Parts: sequence; structure tokens; C-alpha cells
Amino acid sequence: MNRRFFVKYAGAAVGLLLLPLRAFGSRPESAFESESTGDALEKLFGSADLTETDRIKIKAPEIAENGAVVPITVNFDIENAESVSIIAENNPAPLAASFDLTPNSAGLVSTRIKMGKTSPIHAVIKAGDTIYHASREVKVTIGGCGG
Amino acid sequence: MSTIKIRAREKSGVTTIQSLMKHPMETGLRKDAKTGETIPAHFISDVTISLNGEKVMTAYLGPAVSKNPYVSTSIKGAKKGDTITLSWVDNTGENASAEAVVK
Repeated sequence: MNRRFFVKYAGAAVGLLLLPLRAFGSRPESAFESESTGDALEKLFGSADLTETDRIKIKAPEIAENGAVVPITVNFDIENAESVSIIAENNPAPLAASFDLTPNSAGLVSTRIKMGKTSPIHAVIKAGDTIYHASREVKVTIGGCGG
Repeated sequence: MSTIKIRAREKSGVTTIQSLMKHPMETGLRKDAKTGETIPAHFISDVTISLNGEKVMTAYLGPAVSKNPYVSTSIKGAKKGDTITLSWVDNTGENASAEAVVK
């Protein structure tokens, strides 16, 4: 093994080791690039094991006439919630936004997203070792990607 | 002129922060109607909200967030007169920030 080989691959190996240990407080870039919900969850949490809960309420229109602007509000009553991720399953890149919280959180995040077509919207909240999940369907009559 | 609108309102111990940022939020998937060329991705990636200088929330946005993003959250522990600061950075390194006083 020559030195150049070592330098090249040692760097890659260190990178791989660090990958699953996404430090809290950095952008989950690879999850934003995921093309499926399962893969995005895997990249965000290292697991796609979800705990269904009614302590997450998603407020969104049942039918969105304009897919370019779909308001999504997530209300939650979960102690020590660390992050809230909003996922539009049928979008080209399903993860739309991910909010890192602090203990100051009072259980609300809200934003507006683009939706290409009718899709389930997932709200996923990490609290300790548990990944809580709720979802609801939003029907889109005009997609938001043509601009 | 600021490109950020931000408002913070306290009611029974809970402060709701609402913000609107002016930004195109290009996905990188759209094509220019005339030239047929792909419009490069240009979107706000990180939005940080602080209370009196201490971070209370970071929103990581993808290009799927609508043009001129709206971000809202609610926090405990803020009083009327406290300072809320919002700053954003986009995928090209542009950034902006704005302040609001809790009412």
C-alpha cells in the first residue's frame, strides 16, 4: 500500500465512520437528497422504525388547489422533542424541511411547501430513542413544480 | 430594506414567532421556458432563530419549501421586550438576518 493510496482511502473510511453519527445541530444533507421516504428516514435517524402517535397533529388542506404553496402546520405534545421533519412522500426529494428544536419549544412548527402531486404528508418527531410519526393525505389539483 | 419580515407575540407564556423571507427557492429541476436550460438550484438551506442571542430553533429547508418561505414556531421562556433574531443562509452562501422585539 503506497502512501497516496492510504491518504485517499483513509479519508473516505473516516468519512464513512462519521456518517451515521450526524451530530445534532448540522444540516442532514444526505436526507434532503434521498429520493424515497424510507431512505430519508434512514439517513435522518439511522432507522425507519416509527412509533405511531396521536400526539402529533398535522394541519394541512385536504385539497390543495395550488401545489406551489401548501401550508403545513405540525402541533405536537411530546416531551423532549428534538426535531420535527416534514416529508411529502411523492415529491422528487420527499424531505421538505427538518426543524431542530431546543427545550424552549412550545410544540409548534409551520411552513409552506411545494407538492408535485397528491401525497401523504408525514410528520416525524425524534425524542430520545423514539421516532414518533403521524401522517395525512393532501390532494393536489395543480402541481407545484411547473412554476 | 430588509428582505425578512418577522413578528413575535407572547401570550400566556408562549411566544409565537412568524417569519417570511424573500427568496426564489429554485429547486434545480425547473427549466427556463424560453431557453430550455435548467435553472440552477437556489434555496434557503438553514434558518436560525435566537432568543436574546441564544439559539432556540434551526430550520433546515430543502428546495421543496415554497418560494418566499414562511417559517413559524412557538417557544416558552420569552417575555415581552425580549429580542428575537432570525438569520438565514442559502445554498450559494448568501445570507440575511433581522430582529424583532417580543410583543
